[in-house]
Amino acid sequence: MRRYISAYFTDEENLLRASKILMEKEISILDILTPFPVHGLDKILGLKDSKLPTVGFIAGAIGTIFAFGFQTWAFVVDYPLFIGGKPHFSIPSFIPITFEVTVLFAAVAMVFAFLFRSKLGLGAKNKIHDERITDDRFVIIIEANENDDHFNNVKTILEQEEAHEIQLKEHK
Amino acid sequence: MYVSPIREPLIKGNKTYSQITKDIAAPIEGKPGKAWYMGLTISLSAMFFGLAMMGYTVWEGIGTWGLNRTIGWGWGITNFVWWVGIGHAGTFISAILLLFRQKWRTSINRSAEAMTIFAVMCAGLFPLIHMGRPLLAFFVFPYPNTRDLWVNFNSPLLWDVFAISTYLLVSLLFWYMGLIPDIGTMRDRVTSKAKKTIYGLLSFGWTGSVKHWQRHEKLSLILAGLAAPLVLSVHSIVSSDFATAIIPGWHTTIFPPYFVAGAIFSGFAMVLTLLVVTRKVLNLENYITLAHIESMNKIIIATGSIVGIAYLTELFIAWYSGVEYEQYAFLNRATGPYWWAYAIMMTCNVISPQLLWFRKLRRNLLFTFILSIFINIGMWFERFVIIVTSLHRDYLPSSWSMYKPTIVEVGIFIGTLGLFFSCFLLFIRYFPVIAIAEVKTVVKSSGAKEPKN
Repeated sequence: MRRYISAYFTDEENLLRASKILMEKEISILDILTPFPVHGLDKILGLKDSKLPTVGFIAGAIGTIFAFGFQTWAFVVDYPLFIGGKPHFSIPSFIPITFEVTVLFAAVAMVFAFLFRSKLGLGAKNKIHDERITDDRFVIIIEANENDDHFNNVKTILEQEEAHEIQLKEHK
Repeated sequence: MYVSPIREPLIKGNKTYSQITKDIAAPIEGKPGKAWYMGLTISLSAMFFGLAMMGYTVWEGIGTWGLNRTIGWGWGITNFVWWVGIGHAGTFISAILLLFRQKWRTSINRSAEAMTIFAVMCAGLFPLIHMGRPLLAFFVFPYPNTRDLWVNFNSPLLWDVFAISTYLLVSLLFWYMGLIPDIGTMRDRVTSKAKKTIYGLLSFGWTGSVKHWQRHEKLSLILAGLAAPLVLSVHSIVSSDFATAIIPGWHTTIFPPYFVAGAIFSGFAMVLTLLVVTRKVLNLENYITLAHIESMNKIIIATGSIVGIAYLTELFIAWYSGVEYEQYAFLNRATGPYWWAYAIMMTCNVISPQLLWFRKLRRNLLFTFILSIFINIGMWFERFVIIVTSLHRDYLPSSWSMYKPTIVEVGIFIGTLGLFFSCFLLFIRYFPVIAIAEVKTVVKSSGAKEPKN
């Protein structure tokens, strides 16, 4: 039976300190759940930077090439039509649509990448640990083993950092 | 942490995290008052009246409007530009102020963004109806068709199609991504099973995991970076609808920046109109404080002054250009048969915001509310003046004409007002009006807490 410890905090400063100490003692943190983004937490946990900007850049670049290429193809190759004596290949007047399509592609791709990578979406069945997390509780979830020393050790650290509540739970 | 003695707290009343959740969720959990039902009834009636008038237009044809061969754009396009402009404040607040790290934005961004989406929806209706045959509206998209033709990529009207659709979609994504954590909060608070299921579905399974927050913040930042130039491009493109034509009064290079400033100006006025009432009715005075109202009023005076300078520049350039037609167009605006529209525009947009130089007036709720309505009216007349007075007398005096809207056009405008307010009323009833998670991040930061003494 695998178990985990969930420690509840009421203040993000305590949470930051506690997670720092836990990381230093090489105690494995499974996840931290917070009601709002706590800055610096990703650094402490050593999380890698999100690659969403890269996704946005690539999708945006595809949008740029697609929009500009399509307009050029339609007006120069497929159906060159004289409109008010303007040149077929008129770069300035292709820019607005190129820009809009770039933004559209980048934004849509990033949102979908975000939802996909985070496993969020309509009908996503993620486990909700505690209903207070979206209100005012900050929770550290720590891997526990059969060894009671481990639990006591973690408990001491957490209590020092003013953890509000410490629970030992079983994975379902 | 250092607390500035001068800076006012962003959130009043020394709120704890849990109190913030409770206060903002309260309007959703409680029963709506009589005022809400009355507001919704009036808005919905207006909307259905507008729908009837739209149906009549589509059934009978555009001839039911007051347009004629000289004046082909009347209330329809005026309303379109007005609504798009109103939408701009929401994106300005949520994107540009986010990039500038303006923390006061957190109390107002959610409702302003919602307003953007509703306003752009209203705006989009007008070109659709104006086509006369809305069922063929898909003709504006470049799809392979049996006519073997492409749409005209050189036309600003087509740029508009792309700009407005992109704007609506990106604003919607931006707004909804910001809502997910707060819908999660609602899911964890509501007790009835049906509500829990619905909020649960809409929350996309939000857990508040640290990795999710990290991605969420990155996403918001980059989306803001994309939305900031987007919002500037949208009204620039709308202004190109006019500026690329050769009609005197339209054919000016000043249009894009002048339209963008005007859009943000009118948008903030609409945000103020709505929020001055909303904060009172929903008891959110501790979150949308007088300091927020004052900050918005400062943006009003900045953008209002840009608009004022643009009006004067237009007049100067018309005179300085030495072009007879250009000179006449502006003389005609100010002294011709539509002088009253020009006078309303000048009074509401140039003179009245200057009163905001007085701190007392910037912080006066009643004054702010009345002024915001003046600006809404003034900015509507600005578009009316640009469109109608420029068209009604152009190069050929034999085709000079006058324009008066019919009840059908007026009805459609009232209908979009109804749609806008119905959407807003439903939004404040079912979604958190203030970004709960974002407000929690600023309560502790500098200047956010009330000084101890």
